[in-house]
Amino acid sequence: MTQGLGDLDELYKEVLLDHYRNPRNTDLLDDPESEVDAVNPFCGDEIHMQLGMVEDKLSAISVTGQGCSISQATGSLLTEIVEGKTSDEARALRELFRGLMMGEELSEEQLDDLEDSVALQGVRRFPVRIKCALLSWSALIDALDKVAPTK
Amino acid sequence: MTSKTPSAPLDVQRIRADFPILRREVNGRTLTYLDNAATSQKPTQVIQSLVDYYERYNSNVHRGVHTLSMEATEAYEDARGKVQRFINAPSPESIIWTRNTSESLNLVAYTWAEANVCAGDEIVTTAMEHHSNIVPWQQLAYRKGATLKIIQETETGRLDMEQAAELITERTKIVAATHMSNVLGTVIDIKALADAAHEVGAVILVDGAQSVPHMPVDVQALDCDFMAFSAHKMLGPTGIGVLYGKPEILEAMPPWMYGGDMILEVTYEDASWNDLPYKFEAGTPNIADAIATGAAVDYLSALGMDRVWEHEQQLTGYALDKFDGLNGINVLGPREINDRGAVVSFSHDSVHSHDLGTALDQLGIAIRTGHHCAMPLIRSHGIVSAARASFYIYNTEAEVDTLIDGLNEAERYFSKAGIL
Repeated sequence: MTQGLGDLDELYKEVLLDHYRNPRNTDLLDDPESEVDAVNPFCGDEIHMQLGMVEDKLSAISVTGQGCSISQATGSLLTEIVEGKTSDEARALRELFRGLMMGEELSEEQLDDLEDSVALQGVRRFPVRIKCALLSWSALIDALDKVAPTK
Repeated sequence: MTSKTPSAPLDVQRIRADFPILRREVNGRTLTYLDNAATSQKPTQVIQSLVDYYERYNSNVHRGVHTLSMEATEAYEDARGKVQRFINAPSPESIIWTRNTSESLNLVAYTWAEANVCAGDEIVTTAMEHHSNIVPWQQLAYRKGATLKIIQETETGRLDMEQAAELITERTKIVAATHMSNVLGTVIDIKALADAAHEVGAVILVDGAQSVPHMPVDVQALDCDFMAFSAHKMLGPTGIGVLYGKPEILEAMPPWMYGGDMILEVTYEDASWNDLPYKFEAGTPNIADAIATGAAVDYLSALGMDRVWEHEQQLTGYALDKFDGLNGINVLGPREINDRGAVVSFSHDSVHSHDLGTALDQLGIAIRTGHHCAMPLIRSHGIVSAARASFYIYNTEAEVDTLIDGLNEAERYFSKAGIL
């Protein structure tokens, strides 16, 4: 059996490509509450994340960086679902996203919570790329920990 | 490296028959393995030598008086002799088995350099090093209050030998240089660096991980004081490497690891050290893999390293020509094949190397992507990652064509996806 690059469509969903081409929330914040740089030492993908917090809510988020389409699009997609969430809600979303990458069965409701990030489901068929998708989510946890470390 | 009139070319189809893995399929295609600078594949002869050892004479070395131990010891020391002759080292005692190139380089950093580098001294290395020949020297410099100096790359991808002459001074204690860059393919004139180092009383340590598997290497002609390389990049198993050192220098060096086999006499209060090379081989060594390294050396020696180099030069020239016709792709390193090994690294204007790598994998093509353990070098080229195709004895022009077709197909795919 021979196949061309058709299987790549599983990975490169239109939503992902759109966020890669036009990443959202890339303007740097004037006075971020928290700021982190995350690097994937394996491949050199880089994410710079800034959080603005009002009380316990993520009032603003900025993600910039350089790297492959998966790492950069995930960062952009992430900004859209965590903005306005509390830090606990954001941490819960990260667990959901990690579950999505690890092939766990998520309920309809949980998939809805992940919004467009569900488009990254196809990444799990390409195991070496999962770490690209998890980079900005790890950065988010680091950034939240800087504000209020988990016990 | 001067290329002589080529002798008979390698019989590549016959070589390929010795490598069972080349018959497997990946994603529905016959494997096109172009990641040889990371690790080479293994011929049946090497695999069988491992099986033979474990099935027929597995035993500890240098200890027992029984038959198996004697056979294992003889095979283990035979392999050392094969490596010695392979790089024309002056004696078997100058060949030390290690785990890999990194361990060999660290051995020198923690023994010779620990004893000889002081505050204010300088260590000279190059901009083309693998992390394993930068980080040990950074750490040594921190420990000692010494300074690390870097010889830069020229615009044509060569080492700046004029700058080398300026940086290697009376303050230099050690020059640590790669023989061949794992990213650029550049082959460095080690003899010239060795002469410069010796003139100021310094020593030179050579990272031969990319050269020893691919070209004739004569450590005495190069006049290097140390040479480090790994078996797994030259048809041998993983987990075993070599440090060559000039015997008189090794003799004067303190040991690194302490334990069994490296001692001469032990009392409860003190110990004295065994002779070379055992002084540097504490504990039960990697017997099976050392013996299999001997089998790998036999295989390469039978082919002839001149012919191996010729074959790779031809493939590299062919590949560089083909890359010229590709859209959006920039090749790193020298464009001429003289003093250039079979490594072709490249970046795409708009497609990240991981995305390229994943696409090629769909077509059964294995290349390396990322920073290649050479972050400073990759960054100095204004990029964050690169793709790399690297060739060996079993690769063919048809496989280069497969790669080029794959890159064109990926280009079409990503163009349609709107990310070009």
